[in-house]
Amino acid sequence: MTLTTRQITTRQGIDGEVLQGGSGPDLVWLHGAGGTTADDPLLKRLTERYTVHAPIWPGYGPHETEHHIETMLDFTLHGWDVIDALELSGAPVLAGHSMGGMIAAEMAAIAPHDLARLVLLAPAGLWDDAMPVPDIFTMLPYQLAEVLFHDAAVGEKLLTAGRSFDDDAALAAFMVDRARQLGTAGKILFPIPNRGLARRLYRIGMPTTIIWGESDRLYPLAYADHWSGAIADCTVETVAEAGHMVVVEQPDFVAARIG
Amino acid sequence: MKFCWFNLMPWPDLPEDFRETSRSVWVDIDSKLFDPERANVVYHEYMDQLEFADEMGFDGIGVNEHHQNGYGIMPSPNIIAAGLARRTSDAAICVIGNSIALYNPPIRVAEEFAMLDCITGGRLVAGFPVGTPMDTNFCYGQIPALTRDKYNEAHALIMRAWAEDEPFAFDGKYTQLRYVNCWPKPIQKPHPPIYIPGGGSIETWDFCLDHDYNYSYLSFNGYKAGQTLLDGYWDRVAERDKDESPGRAAFAQIICVADTDAEAEQLYAEHILYFFNRCLHVHPGFSDPPGYRTLKTIKAGKLNQLRKEAQEVFKNLTWKDLVEGGFVIAGSPDTVREQMGHMIKSLRIGTVFGLFHMGDMPDWKVRNSTQLFAEKVMPQLRNIWPELEGDDRWWPTGMDGRVRHDDSLARARLPGVRPKGQA
Repeated sequence: MTLTTRQITTRQGIDGEVLQGGSGPDLVWLHGAGGTTADDPLLKRLTERYTVHAPIWPGYGPHETEHHIETMLDFTLHGWDVIDALELSGAPVLAGHSMGGMIAAEMAAIAPHDLARLVLLAPAGLWDDAMPVPDIFTMLPYQLAEVLFHDAAVGEKLLTAGRSFDDDAALAAFMVDRARQLGTAGKILFPIPNRGLARRLYRIGMPTTIIWGESDRLYPLAYADHWSGAIADCTVETVAEAGHMVVVEQPDFVAARIG
Repeated sequence: MKFCWFNLMPWPDLPEDFRETSRSVWVDIDSKLFDPERANVVYHEYMDQLEFADEMGFDGIGVNEHHQNGYGIMPSPNIIAAGLARRTSDAAICVIGNSIALYNPPIRVAEEFAMLDCITGGRLVAGFPVGTPMDTNFCYGQIPALTRDKYNEAHALIMRAWAEDEPFAFDGKYTQLRYVNCWPKPIQKPHPPIYIPGGGSIETWDFCLDHDYNYSYLSFNGYKAGQTLLDGYWDRVAERDKDESPGRAAFAQIICVADTDAEAEQLYAEHILYFFNRCLHVHPGFSDPPGYRTLKTIKAGKLNQLRKEAQEVFKNLTWKDLVEGGFVIAGSPDTVREQMGHMIKSLRIGTVFGLFHMGDMPDWKVRNSTQLFAEKVMPQLRNIWPELEGDDRWWPTGMDGRVRHDDSLARARLPGVRPKGQA
């Protein structure tokens, strides 16, 4: 089913877009540091079973970077402000990938009674000295695919999406997008993607599904144990032939595991 | 016209195959390359050279702040400046500068700069860089998108701390202090001349113009490459309806003086090439973390520096390229004087940060070049800007009757004699 764009304004007065489509129970999707689009294969599959609401995070849409959202608490409360603005009839399923998973987990910890279920896909937010996460902020565009995808060659094509950086306009647009998007992500992921979430995970009481690509080279699979060890009602699903971009690499499998 | 003798303090022993064996000279440089016992000699040699420049009559001697950097072993320029403060009497001490977003709390900068201004007798030039991404974000962990905001807050705190004569509370986003009471205070009122080193950021131009601070374009690409950027700055000055005093701008330039043009190449080429081929080998992933540059600056920026070819620009440079491209002003005193005169006029700068020690240049060559410049180049260029006469906004004048090096050295050797009548 197609996703359409809905305009919202939060009670703080921040304008934004939400990709919306499908029918069934409400599922709120928080995208990762690379953003999302209406063509996302996982979102399309989720519309078959859910009413999907995928807010575009400030800095990722057509609007300039949002300067009021700076700290982890700002991010968390903005997430709840967006859900309030959606005016849903009941507690939704909240799902998030990578950075979106980190924000979703923070939202779940701060308001554990307001969600039906939580789904975290290779979430950021924890740090283990024995498994340091590669520093995406120092990576050159051609180095990203190797870290993000199970199959780097396939990933390379997905990342560049047919753009050629020999073209000045394309390169300029890429640089502006990169500055806005990863600049925003850096507020909670730089220099170490840890804002103390581990101390708050005990508050997550709702049924939680953790989904992880088996060949994730950004957040190694072993991070899943840290999550499942800290969240009481938690199931871990691993995904074969998938890296950190599990959501685009295995959308059918992931959609089935989300339930 | 002010001439400041600047030493970056590079590590002189990077191996010949450094480019092939190391990813970067900065941030994650192989720390095994640093030899602390060798550094004992290196630091003293570099500080001696700065003191020699004072002896030679340079208007200023300059130091700066870099972290985890193979071409700058000066994470704390204030420590070097403190040493220089006691051993020199005339030159301004130019600390260009302290990356104020990195000090926690930034009142530390207000205190240390005030100490330096008191010890030097009002000879401090205070630099406030936003800081490079390598230093600020990757070595010192500041969040790129918030760095400028934190810098602005630190600047507000420092300037107010110097200006106020009552304790005040400071409720900042990054720093909260219940009792700000800067003690000591600088001699220079309302504050020492402020220099803002910058790349091409438009916000930095406006920041300088808002406060009448000097804008210092510090690059290693030389005066020909710097022309476009400084033209942009002067356009902005005109747009903002500010006076066009050359004191508003400074520029860093590599300078090599010998008896003849041919001798300049023979004496200095290998050391300049050491700098360009080893010291500037920075992993490109460290140079532009998303969020560090503002969207306005990115949109106004040149794209070709982002392309892969641009990362390799320094690889194949020869001495001829460096001289013809203006990266280096080198040659006989006549040659250097002519080019410097042209550079100063065309860039419209009131201060030159002269880079005389570069790369692994041995001490005697540094002194040779420095002395030739001081004796045969500088005097003819001193009065190139008659309009700067009496314009004291951009340079310290020094306190009358300040303690001088010779006096303090003599006093340091006196035995303690109890005054008559004291128990």
